[in-house]
Amino acid sequence: MSERIPVVKIGRVLIASIPSDLGDDTALLLQEDLSKQIVEHAASGVIIDISALDIVDTFIGRMLARLASISRVLDALTIVVGMRPAVAITLTELGLTLGGVRTAINSDRAFEILQSLDVREEDDLADLADHVS
Amino acid sequence: MSADSDGERVDISTDADVVRVRQAVRAFALRAALSIVDQTKIITAASELARNALVHGGGGFARIALIEENGRVGVRAAFEDSGPGIVDLERALVGGISTAGGLGLGLSGSRRLVDLFALDSDSRGTRVTVTKWKR
Repeated sequence: MSERIPVVKIGRVLIASIPSDLGDDTALLLQEDLSKQIVEHAASGVIIDISALDIVDTFIGRMLARLASISRVLDALTIVVGMRPAVAITLTELGLTLGGVRTAINSDRAFEILQSLDVREEDDLADLADHVS
Repeated sequence: MSADSDGERVDISTDADVVRVRQAVRAFALRAALSIVDQTKIITAASELARNALVHGGGGFARIALIEENGRVGVRAAFEDSGPGIVDLERALVGGISTAGGLGLGLSGSRRLVDLFALDSDSRGTRVTVTKWKR
């Protein structure tokens, strides 16, 4: 009974909201779907909303870390948003540091981060163009 | 009649059963009126142990119960599988060593999340019981 988590696209950003009863199979499907869609849409960012999740165990934690690595290789930044305070406390005690996973308090904040990256990229390109001409 | 006779049994044979164990533990944690953080901790530990029973033990079952002892209320979750058992218990509990490509934090991590942790493993299977008290 593995269902697919819908992925929404806004501009160059993909957004997925994790349902509360996330099964392992569904988590793996999401990883595949997002990897494919990053390439398909040349996405620059991925926002994973985990506010519905009341726990993040090592399996889900590993899935998030893997997604972050995959998207980095595909030139997109994954930002995990909406982690509940109790989940953060439990994760840390569990020994999962989620190193390499960018987090933000909410999607608004994540969008700001992604936009500032895009602007920086454009500035870099402009600098490069100046330099070349 | 023992205090935990009203416990709930959840069979663990598929991925979806791990989710079912989490839901059952959540229901009992609510009944025990555990704090949000303590609920999260016992559900997370149960999720790890249910997956261990599935992945390492080839499936098994969980029994979740509300317990009362010396005026204290808590939730107890017991996991049992009939897998090959854990060969090196000490190493398994140290953490950071995985035999299934994971992080090796499942067992050691879940021990840190609960108040009581009992483990018993031999060639006939593994039994783990965790308890979280209401503070």
